Amino acid sequence: MVSDYLQTVDWSRAQFALTAVYHWLFVPLTLGLSVLVAIMESCWVRTGDEFWRRTARFWMRLFGVNFAIGVATGLILEFEFGTNWSNYSYFVGDIFGAPLAIEGIMAFFLETTFIAVMFFGWDKVSRRVHLTATWLTAVGASLSAWWILVANAWMQYPVGCTFNLGSVRNEMTSFWEVAFSPVAVNKFFHTVASSFMLAALFVVGVSAWYLLRRREERMARQSIGVASVFGFVFALVTAFTGDRSGALVARVQPMKLAALEALYNGQAGAPLTVVGVLRPAGSRTADDPFYFGLGVPKLLSVMSFRDAQAYVPGIGDLLAGNPKQGILSAAEKMARGRVAVAELARYRAASEAGDRRTMAAVGRKFDPATSEGEEFLSEYFAYLGYGYLDTPAQLVPNVPLLFYSFRVMVGAGVLFIVVLGVVWWLNRRNRLASKRWLLRTCVWMIPLAYLASQAGWVVTEAGRQPWAIQNLMPVGVAASKIPGASVSVTFFLFLALFTALFVAEVSILLRQIKIGPDAAGNSKPQKL
Amino acid sequence: MMAFLRRVVFFYVDGFRAMTLGRTLWAIVLVKLFIMFAVLRLFFFPDLLAGKSAPQQAACVLEQLTGI
Repeated sequence: MVSDYLQTVDWSRAQFALTAVYHWLFVPLTLGLSVLVAIMESCWVRTGDEFWRRTARFWMRLFGVNFAIGVATGLILEFEFGTNWSNYSYFVGDIFGAPLAIEGIMAFFLETTFIAVMFFGWDKVSRRVHLTATWLTAVGASLSAWWILVANAWMQYPVGCTFNLGSVRNEMTSFWEVAFSPVAVNKFFHTVASSFMLAALFVVGVSAWYLLRRREERMARQSIGVASVFGFVFALVTAFTGDRSGALVARVQPMKLAALEALYNGQAGAPLTVVGVLRPAGSRTADDPFYFGLGVPKLLSVMSFRDAQAYVPGIGDLLAGNPKQGILSAAEKMARGRVAVAELARYRAASEAGDRRTMAAVGRKFDPATSEGEEFLSEYFAYLGYGYLDTPAQLVPNVPLLFYSFRVMVGAGVLFIVVLGVVWWLNRRNRLASKRWLLRTCVWMIPLAYLASQAGWVVTEAGRQPWAIQNLMPVGVAASKIPGASVSVTFFLFLALFTALFVAEVSILLRQIKIGPDAAGNSKPQKL
Repeated sequence: MMAFLRRVVFFYVDGFRAMTLGRTLWAIVLVKLFIMFAVLRLFFFPDLLAGKSAPQQAACVLEQLTGI
């Protein structure tokens, strides 16, 4: 039974990861391309040049393909919260439900109104009304992403809530604290900026392909002109917010930071490993985790705490504890978590027996308005999730996965800044078309941008394991007790469905790119 | 008011009629939604807490939180 439940947890995690990875193939391009289309359409409205209308309509067509294939894939994730993760969904209550509901309503109105005007309204509404609809689609898509990212940020940094013992749910005490927590705000800007950068790389890559084929040269050069500046600016914003993410992770998820740096022994003035090759798990030791590693002295301390001498806790500190640095051991946290679980069990037994006196006594411990409750909530309930763990080792996420994913993301991000900057500069001087190696590089930047984007989410999500909600609920408790076999069957059904849809999208996109802005040689742009 | 509604309806009807690539995309969207709502949702994603009252749901989750 236990092994079947563990299988269920693993399959549920695999299924959620598969769905999220697939969903994220579409979202960043939707977010970024909508803005680029709006910019190009603005050029048309401002100049009256039909060239910009034709260009905007071409990119809008690719936006439409991506949007149509990707639309509603996020709904599967929401199903999975209710079915595979029902304990989690109930426990988080409206804190998680409210942002998702706002997003759902916003997406519905966005999709049925502004997008319809955007695609159907070219010759039916005025230029300004059409442009307004296009901009509202772009802004609405980003606002929609805000609420999803607020929900995700709360899982990594649960704030603005209190636990209601009677309903066994967390209740929101401050909407603003949830919606504007530093983690949520930074996550939004980092995610949206990186999505804008991905879309810019998509436009630059497709345009480079046209230049390589010596087709649509004016459209390609002008599109690169818009997208390379846009992408360069947002690549810098991505880097800036990524740096801020590192500083926030150091404070709220120190194990994630230690794991993605493969930092086993904490140290003051910790170096940042730029590149490295980890030893296999069996031969990796805390003192010598790398076959080879190249680091920058003190940089990790600077990036984490803005202080070159700051102490960055390692995996060892977080497991064994470090009293000098005020770090509790995992064993101590697990003991405190078990006290909290025991109190919940006592309340449950009292509730079943109708023992109101014991229920009231336990209730006082969960009441933040009393001094007893304040102490219990901060000293014991704050470690509730640790009470479900069997060993401290369960607190360590997959170090190689995080270490390499982080370097793929950051390395690719630096490369994107360089490539977009060079492409912008050469295009301005009308020297890009002759640099065929660079045009080919631009085409290859498209899959690399997707890889980097996915790697970012791997760092975020795999890095917070074992937590569904940081410190409060591990994934093993969050998962529903459903048969592992049914989750594994649906995993493969999803895999087949997603693969088919992905192949459909890529083939339709490629076909539309090959056709170009004018369908079958017609001068009139093809309608969606 | 009726004239406005009629214009909105015609806007959508004309838009759908004039689609070329959009027909393929709508077919994909509809097939996808059918698979998600009619197949996966009904047969593979039963909601474990659905149909229970609020106290029953709380008791069920409390059991999960304390019985593992």
